[in-house]
Amino acid sequence: MQHDEVTLMQAPRTDGDDSCLPELVSHLRDNRTRLREEWVQRITDAQLLGAMSEEEIFSEVTSVFDKYVDTLETGSVESLQEYAEDLSERIIPRGVETHEVLGIVLLLRDVLARSLFQKYQENFELLNRVLDAYEPAANRIAVIVGVSFVHERERVIGQQQATIRELSTPVLQVRERLLALPIIGELDSQRAAQLTEQLLNAVRRNRARVVVIDITGVPSVDKNVANHLVQTVRACRLMGAAVLVTGLSSDIARTLVTLGVDLSMMDTVGDLQGGIEEAERLLGYEVRKAQAASPEDKG
Amino acid sequence: MPVPILKQGHYLVASIQDALSDGEVLELQENLLKQIGEFRARGIIVDVAAMDVIDSFASRSLRTVALTTRLRGAEMVIVGIQPDVAFAMVRFGLYMDDINTALDLEEGLEFLDRWIAERADTDEG
Repeated sequence: MQHDEVTLMQAPRTDGDDSCLPELVSHLRDNRTRLREEWVQRITDAQLLGAMSEEEIFSEVTSVFDKYVDTLETGSVESLQEYAEDLSERIIPRGVETHEVLGIVLLLRDVLARSLFQKYQENFELLNRVLDAYEPAANRIAVIVGVSFVHERERVIGQQQATIRELSTPVLQVRERLLALPIIGELDSQRAAQLTEQLLNAVRRNRARVVVIDITGVPSVDKNVANHLVQTVRACRLMGAAVLVTGLSSDIARTLVTLGVDLSMMDTVGDLQGGIEEAERLLGYEVRKAQAASPEDKG
Repeated sequence: MPVPILKQGHYLVASIQDALSDGEVLELQENLLKQIGEFRARGIIVDVAAMDVIDSFASRSLRTVALTTRLRGAEMVIVGIQPDVAFAMVRFGLYMDDINTALDLEEGLEFLDRWIAERADTDEG
């Protein structure tokens, strides 16, 4: 308490905002326990971080508080940024939302600002100077934490998109010279182009003569997607492979007719099974049940 | 350098080794049409595997040869279109829907053999 009195006396003599920071930091350090508890209380009251237990919140809060004070003291944001990214990585899979993270950081800012009001209420001029030092730093910290969280989220989303892209376009060899391409999920132009490229390379690699493209798993088809399909069919044909399109639902078929997409050059078969059978016929395969064949073999 | 045209049984095989200028494309067109009559060829195979680009002029000229060949009672097949060339062609709207294409020389020969066999069948029937 005495220490506070002394700094309070000394403070007006120094010029510049930065000079208030050491005092600010020591105030926050001295009241660490009380401020942390207040912060946790505010978080609980606001019903933020529902996905985490109270102990977890308290331990994260302690780390964030210490990093926060360190950042105020040194002005160096690296360790806070690193911690924020690390924290985001841990909490994103648990469903913590952006508004929660921003809310928490802003709550801390409010808690600390109030403690400053309380402490310097006697000396308005000094309060102003302390706030001048505190506010820009605090806002910067809030921005850094928020941006780190969003970056981390975007990184996760980008990674997942890449995984989905890789997974969702397998070109399968069903028989010699016969490829199947089951398309699952929404097609956009980027994915359609990638898919066509993969398919054409597979046609050359496997020396395919017939390709069955199954679009049972495509929820909707618009004009662009239909045109991409037509382009894919034509490109395959240029490489000497015939294409059968299967799995057009009645909804999609109706949409295509309504849109007026010219599908006259596309061979379609009802379902994947029918498509494979037709492809086998084109390739000259004859599929028989082993049982039916065995009596003849014996005789 | 003119594109070499090899006679292989009933077939003519033109194997394009390099990118062609418009003049060379016309020369190839002329030579092919002349040699169908000369050798009484039943089929033509044009191998474009070495071509990185097939532009609108080249594709139209090849198409003309194919349609002319058909009028003279023979059949033409284009083989060896590379994946990225095929994709670029459809992107630019260069379709060859009425022209035969096959993966490579081997497939092209097989296609012509089948075509001739089918024709013989219908003739008999």
